[in-house]
Amino acid sequence: MSGHSYDAEQYWKANLRLIFGSLIVWALVSYGFAILLRPMLAGIGVGGTDLGFWFAQQGSILTFIVLIFHYAWRMNKIDEKFGVHEE
Amino acid sequence: MSQFAINLIFVGGSFLLYIGIAIWAKAGSTKDFYVAGGGVHPITNGAAIGADWMSAASFISMAGLIAAGGYANSTFLMGWTGGYVLLAMLLAPYLRKFGKFTVPEFIGDRYYSSNARLVAVICLIVASVTYVIGQMAGAGVAFSRFLEVDATMGLIIAAVVVFMYAVLGGMKGITYTQVAQYCVLIVAYTIPAVFISLQLTGNPIPGLGMFSTHTESGLPLLTKLNQVITDLGFNEYTADVDNKLNMVLFTLSLMIGTAGLPHVIIRFFTVPKVADARWSGGWALVFIALLYLTAPAVASMARLNLMTTIYPDGTASAPIEYEARPNWVKEWEVTGLIKFEDKNEDGRIQLYNDSEAFKAEADSRGWEGNELTVNRDILVLANPEIANLPGWVIGLIAAGGLAAALSTAAGLLLAISSAVSHDLIKGRFNPNISDKGELMAARISMAVAIVVATYLGANPPGFAAQVVALAFGIAAASLFPALMMGIFSKRVNNKGAIAGMLSGLTFTLVYIFVYKGWLFIPGTNNLADTPENWVLGISPLSIGAIGAIVNFAVAFVVSNATEEPPVEIQELVESVRYPRGAGQASDH
Repeated sequence: MSGHSYDAEQYWKANLRLIFGSLIVWALVSYGFAILLRPMLAGIGVGGTDLGFWFAQQGSILTFIVLIFHYAWRMNKIDEKFGVHEE
Repeated sequence: MSQFAINLIFVGGSFLLYIGIAIWAKAGSTKDFYVAGGGVHPITNGAAIGADWMSAASFISMAGLIAAGGYANSTFLMGWTGGYVLLAMLLAPYLRKFGKFTVPEFIGDRYYSSNARLVAVICLIVASVTYVIGQMAGAGVAFSRFLEVDATMGLIIAAVVVFMYAVLGGMKGITYTQVAQYCVLIVAYTIPAVFISLQLTGNPIPGLGMFSTHTESGLPLLTKLNQVITDLGFNEYTADVDNKLNMVLFTLSLMIGTAGLPHVIIRFFTVPKVADARWSGGWALVFIALLYLTAPAVASMARLNLMTTIYPDGTASAPIEYEARPNWVKEWEVTGLIKFEDKNEDGRIQLYNDSEAFKAEADSRGWEGNELTVNRDILVLANPEIANLPGWVIGLIAAGGLAAALSTAAGLLLAISSAVSHDLIKGRFNPNISDKGELMAARISMAVAIVVATYLGANPPGFAAQVVALAFGIAAASLFPALMMGIFSKRVNNKGAIAGMLSGLTFTLVYIFVYKGWLFIPGTNNLADTPENWVLGISPLSIGAIGAIVNFAVAFVVSNATEEPPVEIQELVESVRYPRGAGQASDH
C-alpha cells in the first residue's frame, strides 16, 4: 500500500465523506423527524396522525435500508475506482 | 384434529428440519466452526442475521411494548434497526477485512494487548449470557403454552435440538438453521398480521393498513384508536413525549448497543468478501424490516381489537359480560397471563385506566377499578385467536416463537463458546493447540455453554430481566467504541483503549446499579428508579450512549498523553481500511 499512499488517502477520505453524508440522513430521519422535529412537522398529516409518527414507526426504518444499500453500492464503485477492490 | 396435535406437527416438523440441517452441515475445521468456512452468500447471511438478531423479545414482546406505549415506544423500532446503519458503515466491512474469528481477537491484536482482549472477552460473556437466558426462558414458555409440557421440560427439549446443530455444525450448522428459522418466524409473524389488517382496514399490507381507514367506523385507524382509548382514560396512542432528551439517548443507546453486540458482528465474518459484508448489512435490514415494519401495525390493531372485544357496542355502552367473554380470553386466563377480578360485582369486564383524572367518569358509571389485566407478551401469541384465525396459524405462531428464541440463542452461544475456545484457550492458555484440538475445545465450550444457559433459563437469576440495560449498555459503552476507534483512529493505543473501555463500562454500570440495585440485588439501589431521580431525566436504560461518549473521550485523552502505537499496528489499521486482500487474510 505504501506505493499508493496518495491514492490510499484519497480513498479513505472518499469513504469518510460517504459515511458522514449517510449518517446525517440517518440522524435526520430518526432523531430529527421522528423525535426532536416532530412538533414542527405536526401540521403534515399521515393517515390519522402526523409525519413524525410515521417516521418513528415506518419511515426511519425504510430510510435506513436505502442508506445501507446506497452505501454498499457507492463504496463498491469507489473500491474499483481506486483499485482496492477484491477480484 | 386438536389444536395440540396441530401445534405438535408444526413445532415437530420445524425441529426435524433443523436436525436435518445439522447432519448435513457438519463442521470439519475451526474455520467451519467459527465462520461457516467463510463462503456464505450475502443474501443467505442477511437472512441468518435476521434470525440471529430477532429474538423472543422482537417476536413476542416488542409489539406488546408498542401497543402499551404507542409513539413513546417507537424507540425500540428505530433503535433496533438504526444500529445496522452503524454496523454496515463503521464496523462490519473492516472487521471482515481483518479476517479473524472473534471480536475480542480484533481488540487484542489492534491494541497489542492480551489484557484488552480479556476485557473484551468478559464484556462479551456478560452481555451474551444475560441475553441468552431470556431466549432459553422464552423457549420454555412457548413450549408450555403450546405443547402443554412443563416449562423446564420444554427448555430441555429446546436445548437438545440446539445442541445437535450447534455442537456438530458450529457456525456452519447455525447459519443454515438460522436461514430456515428466519423463514419460519417471518411467515408466522406476517400471516396473522395480514389477516388482521384485512379485517380492520381492507389493506393486505399491515404497515400501510395502520395508516388507512378503519372499515367499520370510516375513520383513520389511528384516529379511531386514539378515540377509543382516550374515552377510557388512557393517553393518546400517538401522543408526543415530553422528555425528548431521554428518548433520543435511549434510541441512541439501542443503536450503538446493537452495532456492538458480538453475536451479530461475527455473522459478518462468514461472507467471502468485504463488498459482501456491506451488502449483507443491507439484506439483513431488509429481512429484519419485514418484521419491524409489521410490528407497529400488529401493536395498534391488536390494541384496537382488544378494546372492541371488551366494548362491542362502543365505549359509551356497557362492556361485555364476563360470561360472554371470547374463547381466547378463557384460554389465556388458564395461564394466568390474563386476569379478571369483578371489583364492582356487576358481572361485566371494565377495562380502563385507573387514574385520578378519570375517577369522576369511572364513579359516574359505577366502576370500582380496572378489572382486566393483560400481560403484554401475549399480544402476538394470542393474535391469531383474537382474529379468529384457523388452528394451523396458531401452530405456526408456536413454531415461529420457538424459531426466534432458538436462532438467537444459537448465535449467542457461538459467540460465547468461540470467545472461550479461541480467545481464552488458544489465545491465552495454549497458543500451540492444533486445529483439531481447538475444534474439540470449541465443541466442548459450546456444550458447556448450552448446559449453563439451560440451567439459567430454568432458574433465571435477577439480572436476566435486565437485557436492555446490561447487554445493550455493555455493548454500547465498551465494545462499540473500542472497535470503532480501532478502525478510524491510528492514534488510539493500548493504554487509551483499555482506560476507555473500563471507564465507559464502569460509568454505565454504576449509573444502572444506583437505580436498579448493585448487581441488580433488590433493595440495594441508592435512588428509586423513577424519572424525578434521574440525572437530567436520563433513565438508566439510556445511559449506554453517554457511557460510549465517556469511553471515546477517555481513550483519546489517555492515548494523546502516551506514546503512539507501534508502526506495525498503524499498518494493521491501514490494511483493514482497504478491501484488497481479504481472501488471503482469512486463510491463516
